[in-house]
Amino acid sequence: MQEPKSKGITPSQTVGPFFAYGLTSNGKYDWNDAFTNNLVTADTSGERIRIEGRVFDGDGQPVPDCMLEIWQADAQGRFSDPKDQRALPNSAFRGFGRCGTDANGDYSFDTIRPGPVPDPDGRAQAPHILLAVFGRGMLMHLYTRIYFDGEAANAADPVLALVPADRRGTLIAKRQPGNGNAVYHFDIRLQGDNETVFFDI
Amino acid sequence: MSLSYPIESLAAHPAHLSPAYRSSIKRAPSRPLIPMRHTLSELTGPVYGHEAVRESDNDLTTQHKGEPLGERIIVHGHVLDEDGRGVPNTLLEIWQANACGRYIHVRDQHPAPLDPNFTGAGRAQSDAGGYYRFVTVKPGAYPWGNHHNAWRPAHIHFSVFGHAFISRLVTQMYFPGDPLFEFDPIFNSVPDEKARMRMVSAFDLENTQPEWALCYRFDIVLRGRNATPMETK
Repeated sequence: MQEPKSKGITPSQTVGPFFAYGLTSNGKYDWNDAFTNNLVTADTSGERIRIEGRVFDGDGQPVPDCMLEIWQADAQGRFSDPKDQRALPNSAFRGFGRCGTDANGDYSFDTIRPGPVPDPDGRAQAPHILLAVFGRGMLMHLYTRIYFDGEAANAADPVLALVPADRRGTLIAKRQPGNGNAVYHFDIRLQGDNETVFFDI
Repeated sequence: MSLSYPIESLAAHPAHLSPAYRSSIKRAPSRPLIPMRHTLSELTGPVYGHEAVRESDNDLTTQHKGEPLGERIIVHGHVLDEDGRGVPNTLLEIWQANACGRYIHVRDQHPAPLDPNFTGAGRAQSDAGGYYRFVTVKPGAYPWGNHHNAWRPAHIHFSVFGHAFISRLVTQMYFPGDPLFEFDPIFNSVPDEKARMRMVSAFDLENTQPEWALCYRFDIVLRGRNATPMETK
């Protein structure tokens, strides 16, 4: 017979060190990936961009066993979710990606630049991507946001405004020089100097 | 349906820094997290059709030529929101050690045998009522380097999505009565005993299949409450 369970949510536990074969196998294990780090399909509209960077721990060491997930709007600022009633039914863009860090702690996503999304008061937020960071040693994933440098709307973004000015830079992906598709660099520092801002959401 | 995600519900989770779990010491943020209002970005989340899940993905015992060694089990239950409503059509991903306590991951060096008939990864989608079901083998306990004579209680890793990006949950399902519970810093990182016990599956005799497999029930409760309480007459 079952004991009745107490009320409340199921607690989080770490993904541990061995998640890769189940969640980010990337062809290395006998299992297919449900998700990859490439969100772009042939019929996706919008500006192609790449986001890349490295995850560091509190000693400044790269973290080779993290999993990163991103969630973002399409180029028009609409989410591929029926709860976003502004969403265009013909949008082919799913908006979700997953990437494991490699032996050097590096990750990358190929995606599109998201459009602006309204805040609860209807004001526009600057284009941003939600990022969840999972890893061995992390009992609960951490949420942060990726914004884009050179974006005029950053100055009026209501979420960036909550962040002390001296830490805001940790949320801004830096445009890398070069031709072709835009490449943005975004490192994640879990702890210590220049620690990435994480949100309590 | 409009859901809200009260921040108080997060009290069930472990603290990011839990020093008894040594790996958390250098990977937990040292600055306080910044509170913010949820926007459309937080309140939406990926939606999956059946395309992510193949028919056999929820049976970890039929992915190879032969059957894996170990105790065959059924693990089933509901994905629920905080009001007890089923979360329909949501993706569940699991991964686990084999019956000997060995993962196929290249970095697992535990000197226990791999099983050529067991990968240890599975996937399912909850049905319209939030119900899911896996068939697998019971994973073994295994040693780890956290402290002298450290052993993880047997567990299955679960990854679940839910209605929003902020209902995302990765957890571990444990088995009832495991003698290793009191020694495990990951299990005990959850401060509240009642919350800890919500990670422990229940032996389910009623759904055990005679002559075939024992059954365990594991209900998973994700964040999310009805934002507009129903009117009562």
